[in-house]
Formats: sequence, structure tokens, C-alpha cells
Amino acid sequence: MAIRINGTDVAAPDDARVSLLDLLRERLHLTGTKVGCNQGACGACTVLVDGARVLSCLTLAVQADGRSVTTIEGLGSADGPHPLQNAFIEHDGFQCGYCTPGQICAATAMLREIEAGVPSYVTSDLTAPAPLSREEVRERMSGNLCRCGAHNGIVDAILQVAAERAP
Amino acid sequence: MMPFSYRRPSSIDQAIQMAASGGGRLLGGGTNLVDLMRKGVERPSSLVDVTALSDAIEETSDGGLLIGAAARNSAVVAHPLIRARYPMLARAILAGASAQIRNMATVGGNLMQRTRCLYFQDVPGSRCNKRAPGSGCDATGGFNRYHAIIGASPACIATHPSDMCVALAALDARIHVAGADGARTIRMIDFHRLPGERPDLETLLEPGEVIVAVEIAASPFVGSTYRKVRDRASYAFALVSVAAGLTMRAGTIAEIGIAFGGIAPKPWRAFKAEAALRGGPATAQAFAAAMSDELADAAPLPGNAFKIELAQRTLGAVLAELSGGDR
Repeated sequence: MAIRINGTDVAAPDDARVSLLDLLRERLHLTGTKVGCNQGACGACTVLVDGARVLSCLTLAVQADGRSVTTIEGLGSADGPHPLQNAFIEHDGFQCGYCTPGQICAATAMLREIEAGVPSYVTSDLTAPAPLSREEVRERMSGNLCRCGAHNGIVDAILQVAAERAP
Repeated sequence: MMPFSYRRPSSIDQAIQMAASGGGRLLGGGTNLVDLMRKGVERPSSLVDVTALSDAIEETSDGGLLIGAAARNSAVVAHPLIRARYPMLARAILAGASAQIRNMATVGGNLMQRTRCLYFQDVPGSRCNKRAPGSGCDATGGFNRYHAIIGASPACIATHPSDMCVALAALDARIHVAGADGARTIRMIDFHRLPGERPDLETLLEPGEVIVAVEIAASPFVGSTYRKVRDRASYAFALVSVAAGLTMRAGTIAEIGIAFGGIAPKPWRAFKAEAALRGGPATAQAFAAAMSDELADAAPLPGNAFKIELAQRTLGAVLAELSGGDR
């Protein structure tokens, strides 16, 4: 078995203590994924595992064995940025930028969750398609902290991409 | 972190065998356990990753649901029957943690997360009877805003932080477990223990046993919901939370189920309040009187005495909403 990271197979580490975050940053030098709190409180280390947003700091790399991991490096590049990356630039969705990779990975998965009809704690009707509002985006993105306080720009950027993708 | 071995069994029998080998812990999503290992609170010599076991959500023959222990919290909410039939469970799960953590955390792991407070996690700075039995408790005379007002003991006042478990207690869920000696079922309301003199023992799950599934019966409630009051709007533990289900018949309360989070060392099923309300009217006075009955034995601390009124008001608001009131 192996961990598929941005399309490339990587062997799971022999030492089970290695977190997915440390595997990405320290061994594979994929430093787009950031270390924030390293205890599941800030969301800076958010990556996608089999398409679902998870915290790489609280994931042991061996837990990802046999799974597919996408990091910010797998979502977009300087030459071909992800629509969310362009929207974050347009709406000033960051200041220092440290939380941005986690924000964008989380937002990527969040938009899919809304498209799949998954409600949030602030959704009034649990069985109807989830609406897309500022309140919804703020609740759904509450696991990603921005200590520069760029949250309003982040919500604007996400709402713009969501509107562009709407059928 | 101490070195440990890691295995991922593909069957219940394998998992039981590995779990019985000693020194090990079962691993679900790891959102609590891995964090506690990094903090030095937990030091298992081996991890048995049980996420390859059943995560199926299936209807039972009597109209209930059986949820595989490996089901991720987010998958439970995504299931249409959970949302349609058990709104209080869906809302409770959605009130918990963040989307990332709900994607990782399993149902079994949610049950087995540690009953905890910040002093428990402060290694080596704070004394904690749960972490080091007999060492003392720094929370009792410390910052205890988040601690229990009922069901605690001089040894430990930590709360069980799960939201999902509060709804499962109100729904009278049953936990299916299996071990070397066979399978058994534990009522959710019995699954977690009160601390007494042994706060290090938190559940009735025996070493070597594995949680297989959680069963919820057909809901007897016409309406149900979950409300969580916390220090910020999202991604915080409850100060007080209420899971409640209600069925009115001819102007009186026919069926009622209430459980609280944030106020006790375990998901707190409010049997006294239910008994006071059943068969009576759904009025603000009745709700307040029922809550007074429920908290008659409460022993709040200087930092959390506000939870008595907060619990009363939260229950009143939830029951008014469910009974068609305007609060």
C-alpha cells in the first residue's frame, strides 16, 4: 500500500508517530500545508483525504495508507491557480497568508459539501438543499482561523466562486 | 510521543484479538487520542485502528437505525434518514467541533473520547486525579467555568464534551459491543460512568472489547432538536446544551426525552424533568419547575453557578420551540 499524494504514490512511514502534516512538510517538502496549533484548533493544516477536508496535524500518516491526499500544491499552481486562489486575491482574503492554504483546501471541500446537500448547524431545514449565505459560509468555515482577521474577504471570495459554479 | 505500533484490522474478530493484547488503545479518527498522545496525557504502546470495520447505516426491522461504529460523524449527518427522522441527532453532530474534525471522528471514537478539562491536558503543570489517580484536582479551586454542576465528585469535575452523545442519551440509544467473551448491548445512558473516586474509569467498555455499532429505535417524538450555548458562535464546547424530543397529544405532553451536555461528567439524561413534564401542559412555568426538580442536587462552583439558570432558560426555549410556543 501507499499514500497517493497529489497523484504520486508515497510509502507510508515506518514510524507510526509521523503525522500526515510532518510527512508532507518535513519529508516531502510540500510546505504549502502549514503548521499552526498542531492540536486541531486552527485549521491551518487542512488537506483533503479522499476528497474530504481533514486536519493533517491530527492524522497519523499511517492512517492515510491506501488513501488519496490532495494538498494546496495539488489544487493550483502559480501558472494555473485554482478559482478560489484568484478569488482570495481579488477579495483580499488574506493578509499574512499563513492560514490561506488551509482556508482554500477547506473551502474547496465545503463547496462540494453544499452541492451534496449537507446541512450545517445554522441550516433551518435539514432536509432541503442547503442555502448559500454568509451565515452558512461562516459556520461551515469556523474550523479555519485567520488571526489577521481577513474573514470577511474570505467569505466574499468563497461566495463569489460558489456563485460562478452555481448551475 | 512514545513509540507505538499501529495495526488496522479488517474484521471484528481480528480487532478483538488485537485489542486484547494489552497496552493498546483503539483508534478511530484520532482527533482526541492523537492530540492527547502528543500532549503526553495518553501513552499507548499500540494503536488498533478500527476504522476499517463497519461504517454502514442500516434500517432495523423495528424501524430504527443501526450505525456502524466506524461511520464518520459527517457521514451520519449526510444520511437522509438521520436528518429526516432524528433532527436532534443531526443537529447535535453538526454542533460539534469543526467540519474537518467531523470528517475524521467516528461514532465509536466520539463515544470513547475522554471526559476532560484543561487541567487534565496540562502535563505536567496541573494535578489531575483522572490522569494520575490520587494526585489531586486543580480544577476545583481553579478556573471552572466549563466544569460540571451535577454528577461530579470531589475527585473530578470534568465534563464529557460530546454533542452527539447527548442526543443519543435522549434517544435512549444502545451500544453494541463485542469482546472475547461474546457480544453485549449497553444502554447509552449507562455507557459513561460518573467519576466517584475513580475518574480514570470513564465507560463500561472493558479492556479487549470493541464498539461495533450504535442502535437507535424509531423515534417516538414528533419534534426534536438540539441547542448548544457556548462562548462563541461556532467551534467551541458547550456551556450548556440540550437535546430534546417532544410529542403533544390533546394539549398535554405525551412523549418527552431530554438530555443535557456541558453540565455533567456524562451525557445527562434528565429523567426527573421528563417525569415532571409527562402528562402535563407545555407551559413556561412547567418547564422551569421541571428543571428545578432536575437540578435539585446540583452543586455548582464559583465559576459555573451561572449554568443553573442557563440550563433552565435553554430547556425552556427548546421546549417552547418544540411545543409551538413563540420563544
